[in-house]
Amino acid sequence: MITLEGVRKKYSSEVAIGPVDLEIPKGGVTALVGPNGAGKSTLLTMVGRLLGIDEGTIEVAGYDVTSTPSKDLARIVSILRQENHFITRLTVRQLVAFGRFPYSQGRLTVEDEEVVSRAIDFLDLTDLENRYLDQLSGGQRQRAYVAMVLSQETEYVLLDEPLNNLDMRHSVQMMKHLRRAAEELGRTIVIVLHDINFAGHYADRICAVKDGSVVEFGTPAQIMTDEVLTRVFETPVTVVEGPNGPLAVYY
Amino acid sequence: MAESTASRVSPSPEGPFRTSEPLPARSERSSRTLPTRRARRRYRIIVTVLSVLAVGFAFGLLAWDNPMPVGSDGFWRIAEMRATNVVVMAVVAICQAIATVSFQTVTNNRIITPSIMGFEALYIAVQTSAVYFLGVAGILAIQGVSQFLLQIAVMVGFAMLLYGWLLSGRYGNLQVMLLIGIVIGGGLGSVSAFMQRLLTPSEFDVLSARLFGNVANADASYLPVAIPLCLGAAALLVLSSRRLNLVALGRDASVGLGLNHRRETMRVLFLVSVLMAVSTALVGPMTFLGFLVATLAYQFADTHDHRYVFPVAALTCFVVLSGAYFVMRNIFYANGVVSIIIELVGGLVFLFVILRKGRL
Repeated sequence: MITLEGVRKKYSSEVAIGPVDLEIPKGGVTALVGPNGAGKSTLLTMVGRLLGIDEGTIEVAGYDVTSTPSKDLARIVSILRQENHFITRLTVRQLVAFGRFPYSQGRLTVEDEEVVSRAIDFLDLTDLENRYLDQLSGGQRQRAYVAMVLSQETEYVLLDEPLNNLDMRHSVQMMKHLRRAAEELGRTIVIVLHDINFAGHYADRICAVKDGSVVEFGTPAQIMTDEVLTRVFETPVTVVEGPNGPLAVYY
Repeated sequence: MAESTASRVSPSPEGPFRTSEPLPARSERSSRTLPTRRARRRYRIIVTVLSVLAVGFAFGLLAWDNPMPVGSDGFWRIAEMRATNVVVMAVVAICQAIATVSFQTVTNNRIITPSIMGFEALYIAVQTSAVYFLGVAGILAIQGVSQFLLQIAVMVGFAMLLYGWLLSGRYGNLQVMLLIGIVIGGGLGSVSAFMQRLLTPSEFDVLSARLFGNVANADASYLPVAIPLCLGAAALLVLSSRRLNLVALGRDASVGLGLNHRRETMRVLFLVSVLMAVSTALVGPMTFLGFLVATLAYQFADTHDHRYVFPVAALTCFVVLSGAYFVMRNIFYANGVVSIIIELVGGLVFLFVILRKGRL
């Protein structure tokens, strides 16, 4: 379980996040949605202890993220940011192997290699594993980073807009991979999504953020309504019944 | 074999999803740094060639034009006198190479060198003001082991002040730190240039000899201080190679993987400042050398792993330095302007390598 209690982050007198109180239960996929600048990514990076908090507490699986040593947290929660500084002479497999750093400090054991192989296979990167990162397309590189985070074998996985820059097919594939990671590997996945329809279809829970606070939290069925979406996104939204569930139409 | 997997251009597997059954573990799947046998052989060849060149140039510097037969008593006596220069080159090579590679890693930037932090501007300012205030005698006043140590201390202190202040405050930001380093360096440079204008031609002549990086600037009496500092700092950096590999992924990724990124950055920057200060105080500014060898080392080693890049960088640096020195001394008889040939020839080699490969 991820628990946020009275979390605040102040940027200036006008721009602030919080106070946020939120409980994200263990298991499944939870999507953070909301308009630009609402604070979704900020919340996620604070949970992933990449960004300090000014007030309040955040606990992941009972561990306070500000006081627990970063080294220990790296075995409980992993986080992937949107833009990653990528090194040229690094193969996919070497990148994924970095996910084992919290366990092996860079000295890979046979066991680590097996975990790395599994993560690579899981994301269908087997044939690409010896390619250099600069020889991959954006979508493949994104998958490689997700494989790295999965090889970290943490119970909680936080992903900041992993669908960014992916086309339809790759977006769908990525979401299917993540669903499988939640179902088959039992990971708890928290993901920032831009497209409400992806959230509605693939997430178990949707958390709507607006102006730095959580305004809605519930199942897709509860969130995917005209009234809620119109209010959250401040633009007229109509939810229609599509072939695979509700679809938000906003154009 | 892993080798064939690497060279095969495989289409991306975008087909239907596989089942989650793990594939039978293939024994050759490995995340080691040089994944293929070819890459390993290539690395070994490069290290061998560089080592041979390094030994060759070092021996050439000791033996060329040595009137006594090789191995005789007199030969070694003459060689011993020249050995100081070779040792100085080795110290400078280790300092510049290790410092630049580490600095580029923590700043996540492959086109800058630690001299951007104002080490050299500070060195120039110290030398210039000594001559400005004390006349030609000033050059002598700042020579000696204690003055040497003082110069190192001032440079390290200056760098730590900048790092500590800028990286620990609420504006803790590497880019801002670099920018301020450049501005301070530029400011010091202008002050130095102003003072140089007011010198008499003879004073300026004495000073300018100190402002070109030159192995002959070094005094053998500095070495007992310089060698331990250089080896100690370099060893600590080489030992943290695995952590540096992680730092290269960027702040967010390395924090996510459990690294104390700020502490690691401060530690590396401190060691880098020690190395740069030792090198600069020993031989003067070598602005381009570190950048040149770091870039070449990445091309030669062809890997991201610092454990492999460091040795290649240090060897390359020694080869470039001793080669340039050898050529200047024995072919052009233009002793003393080694940094000029490094920048000229090195720059051309650098452009050639970059243009041919098309990437850093």
